[in-house]
Amino acid sequence: MRLKRSLPNLLLIAFTIIVSGLAIADITPERQAELIYLLRHDCGSCHGMRLEGGLGPALKPERFRHWSTETLAMTILYGRSGTPMPPWGPFITEPEALWLAGQLKKGIQP
Amino acid sequence: MMRTLLVILMFLSPLTATAECLTRGTGDLGIVIERASGSIKVLDTSRHEVLFRVEGLGDLSHASAVYSRDGRYAFLFGRDGGLSKVDILCGTIVKRLVQGGNSIGGAISQDGSLVAVSNYEPGGVKIFSAEDLSPVADIPATPLETGEKLSKTVGLVDAPGQRFAVSLYDTGESWIIDMQDPKAPVIRRFTDIGRLPYDALITPDGRYYITGLFGQDGLSLLDLWYPEKGPRLILENYGKGEEKLPVYKMPHLEGWAIAGHRAFLPAVGRHEVLVVDMSNWSQVARIPVHGQPVFVMARPDGRQIWINYAFPDNDTIQVIDTESLQIVKTFKPGKGALHMEFTPRGEEVWISIRDKDEIQVYDTQTLEQTHSLPAEKPSGIFFTSRAHRTGL
Repeated sequence: MRLKRSLPNLLLIAFTIIVSGLAIADITPERQAELIYLLRHDCGSCHGMRLEGGLGPALKPERFRHWSTETLAMTILYGRSGTPMPPWGPFITEPEALWLAGQLKKGIQP
Repeated sequence: MMRTLLVILMFLSPLTATAECLTRGTGDLGIVIERASGSIKVLDTSRHEVLFRVEGLGDLSHASAVYSRDGRYAFLFGRDGGLSKVDILCGTIVKRLVQGGNSIGGAISQDGSLVAVSNYEPGGVKIFSAEDLSPVADIPATPLETGEKLSKTVGLVDAPGQRFAVSLYDTGESWIIDMQDPKAPVIRRFTDIGRLPYDALITPDGRYYITGLFGQDGLSLLDLWYPEKGPRLILENYGKGEEKLPVYKMPHLEGWAIAGHRAFLPAVGRHEVLVVDMSNWSQVARIPVHGQPVFVMARPDGRQIWINYAFPDNDTIQVIDTESLQIVKTFKPGKGALHMEFTPRGEEVWISIRDKDEIQVYDTQTLEQTHSLPAEKPSGIFFTSRAHRTGL
């Protein structure tokens, strides 16, 4: 369960994410709608359909003020060890996670 | 002009007040949560019809319901802290209040006089009069070490002796709240029950309160006949040393599945259903299944277990024969098969299929679909037979 990550690994992940960020523009409106649906209904299992929290914390912009988009995207992709937050990497790509993280930081009402 | 208006009003008002209420029993009725639209539908399980749609119930993500003992009123617990009393014969909201910031279900007392709500924010349990939803007791959870926040509460159920049982997610506790004197609740606290209890259930006889643990292996068992003995861990060696799989939706323990002397439980972080011998609480078997089980529910006669799954396997339902422990059917009714509810004597099971905006009804003998009813993003289905069952 516990993911052990060394600093170089983290840097590598961050680097990959930043590079792949260039691909954000490629996410089609259809896929964006799918991601928002996923956010509302599946992330919503723990974070609430309106992202106001549940067993997991609320996903509101205030909470992410001090989070970079990249850190948030990494959390989505790799989960958070020691908590129930699972890795969503098997289902969404890095550019998609970055796009989603950007939306969360901006604040969305899915 | 004024007089005409008055005459019209005289005609209209009694009509609008009573015309839509039904005069009938409620034993074959139920509700389905339409979670995205903050509404519910009142269902007739004999005629497979929708009787009413009730709107304006707030954020119903993860909403659940209990019934008054006369089976007429549903008490709805919304995610936004909303507590609503709905008259299912009239399709109207009798009373609604927002009692907390973020809540996770509730329970009704043994005598039907009290409704308790479990809150995440602010963490604790609030208890109201079932009559008019006036406040009776406010029981805050244990504060966290890190600051002003209180532990989230989970797994709130009613127990015999006018008690409620609840567990504390962050601080790993189980509490028994004795409400025999509503003005002076007596709370018995059990600490160190295990790490991150995520949900709990009570056996249908009201004797055992069992809490699922996310943060460690095993479950915590409390014998309510002998609470002084305190909780103990069961199945603590289950799956030891095995890599846990990610959990994309927490299992729900509410659907306590008992067949004979065996209980069937969802594993956490493993694609398995656990079979437990209730005479000594030892593990009988682990049945490999299609995904992370969410609800593991027994047909009322105990012959079959129906299971639905967490994302990304929530398009699948499986049926296990409790005698052979074999999977007898696997089918894909649609994406977002979120909840199942058996009719009181089990000839049918009603399943909400979120992405198809429908409820599918299955004959549990033939395992074939017999009916479909429209519902907008349906989630929980709750039939009035719950009114007479401990823990539901």
